[in-house]
Amino acid sequence: MTGASNSMTEPAYMGTEAVDDHQVGSAKLFAWIWAWLLLLTALEVFLAYERVEVHIMITILLGLSLIKSALIMSYFMHLRFERLGLFLILVPAMVFCICMMLIMFYPDSIRLMDMRPH
Amino acid sequence: MSDTEFEGIVATPWSGGAAPFGINSKKLGMWLFIVSDTLTFSALLVSYAYVRLATPDWPRPFEIWPAIAKSSFMTFVLLSSSLTMVLAVAAAHRHNVKKAVRYLILTMICGAAFVLIHATEWVTLFHEGVTPWSNPWGVPLFGGTFFGLTGLHMLHVTIGVVYLGIICAGYSKGKWTADHVEVSGLYWHFVDLVWMFIFPLVYLLSVNPK
Repeated sequence: MTGASNSMTEPAYMGTEAVDDHQVGSAKLFAWIWAWLLLLTALEVFLAYERVEVHIMITILLGLSLIKSALIMSYFMHLRFERLGLFLILVPAMVFCICMMLIMFYPDSIRLMDMRPH
Repeated sequence: MSDTEFEGIVATPWSGGAAPFGINSKKLGMWLFIVSDTLTFSALLVSYAYVRLATPDWPRPFEIWPAIAKSSFMTFVLLSSSLTMVLAVAAAHRHNVKKAVRYLILTMICGAAFVLIHATEWVTLFHEGVTPWSNPWGVPLFGGTFFGLTGLHMLHVTIGVVYLGIICAGYSKGKWTADHVEVSGLYWHFVDLVWMFIFPLVYLLSVNPK
């Protein structure tokens, strides 16, 4: 089915309008998200030149990247206005697989690092 | 079957004949592909993190010019292309074909600019002696992970630009609808999303500390 959308009327979200029953964000909302993405990126570049300890640096960079991807996925990719079922079928499994990858590999790499002659 | 029985069946999304996730199959298919491609890039990023953590003298060669300035500008270009893409999708949903096509072309230009700047950066690295299998700093995996990650991403951007071109041509002729534009938009945002991780983890963590 092309052009399928919810047959029930959805509540209006801030900064969106209903176009053919399909929540379309306003240009203002998109520009706002874009501005935030640029700001977070500028923060990351700035931090790269500060003398920050590497573990803290990685945590901050990954945290900021996660926030940016959440913004892109919810607003640009429209996930926020889709049915909850779609979000649940996509995201939790993805997060789980990534966590599995990290759990399997990180401890081993740190072990290798510690095994080197100091 | 009576009318009331039929209404009962259509009423619940899981009874068949309806879309349980509320989206068309093209869009669901693209989302499923995005999940699988995310896992591909995650595997590459995790393995990059693994070798980097296990290597004590990982080179950190990126200076402000040209590496960090160029990659920061590339990030800005890609983020702006995401904005133009989402504006194209919004215009397509409002049946404003001209505006949608204009924003689609802008997105393609930004994507092409990204690939071009990235290519010049690669050439600079080649001139410095950095290849996927060797470099002057003695850790061959630096080039391997760098070119592998950025190369796969650059391939995705290039494919995306071609894909957007096909969609733009077909949509402007009325062959395809706003749904097709939206699905291509999903792919484009995914490409941007991957860069959100590659840029800090590959470039910003290898800034020359001097």
